[in-house]
Amino acid sequence: MKFAVVQFPGSNCDQDCLRAINGLAGLSAQYIWHKETSLTGFDAVVLPGGFAYGDYLRCGAIARFSPIMNEVIRVAKEGRLVLGTCNGFQVLCEAGLLPGALVRNRGLRFICDMATLRVELPDSAFTHGFAQGTLLRMPIAHGEGCFFAQTETLRELNDHGQVVLRYCDANGRVTPEANPNGSIENIAGICSRKGNVFGLMPHPDRASDRRLGGTDGAKIFLSMAQSIADGRARAAA
Amino acid sequence: MKARVVVTPKAAVLDPQGAAVKEAMQHLGMPEVKNVRIGKYLEIDVNGDGAEMEQRLHKLCRDLLSNPVIEDYQLLKE
Repeated sequence: MKFAVVQFPGSNCDQDCLRAINGLAGLSAQYIWHKETSLTGFDAVVLPGGFAYGDYLRCGAIARFSPIMNEVIRVAKEGRLVLGTCNGFQVLCEAGLLPGALVRNRGLRFICDMATLRVELPDSAFTHGFAQGTLLRMPIAHGEGCFFAQTETLRELNDHGQVVLRYCDANGRVTPEANPNGSIENIAGICSRKGNVFGLMPHPDRASDRRLGGTDGAKIFLSMAQSIADGRARAAA
Repeated sequence: MKARVVVTPKAAVLDPQGAAVKEAMQHLGMPEVKNVRIGKYLEIDVNGDGAEMEQRLHKLCRDLLSNPVIEDYQLLKE
């Protein structure tokens, strides 16, 4: 199972993603420079965290025009799996592959912490085999991770089951206190209507090694591989 | 021509920066300040003029300079 990890100038979780994926049996990852124009041969694409183009203008606003993004959009339309973590999520929103936007944290501070997340969408391509309400622990590290969507978009996200993860407390309760950044309805991650594009602010790449505090993040990558193996998601052409 | 673009967060979007600055203004002896919204200001120098150029600048404002989900923009010509 071959994953592409896109490197933008300013990406800084590309190595984390590559290492996390390569550490999993049956999965391999390779860097793709943002000036490349082809993702042929890759089963899935990961847009890593960081500060692509220094977050100039808006997070993800310039990265979304990088040459590789036309190809990312093409393979996403084709049904291949696309995962955006942190800055990658911001790029996916800017590119129009996911609805809504990510704005400055409510408290204005850059937050670097562990977050507890509740799985709202069991058995998606990215949460294969998870039960509804499963709790995951993953780190967050962002200054602009407050998810915002207009009322109608929010309704559509809920109606179509596109909310994958919400911030919650240790008991799985979605409360204002458990919301680290002011995200609307505690949303931490959403997927596209077709379910093959997933963006989240937490870092699965930084929760893929027991020695570094947990392996809940690895489950996301393994779930993607399983979905491709099962034919639920489209494999490389 | 020269164009100036002002990008501001939409009313429904939380603007914690604006709220923090408003508070500072009130602390500095200006309790009359009711609301502050912080946006971006761009000065653009382009070769060319006319309605077509303006249309193209509007397109740039929509596609790149602002995100219509969270921001409004104003394009001012000089």
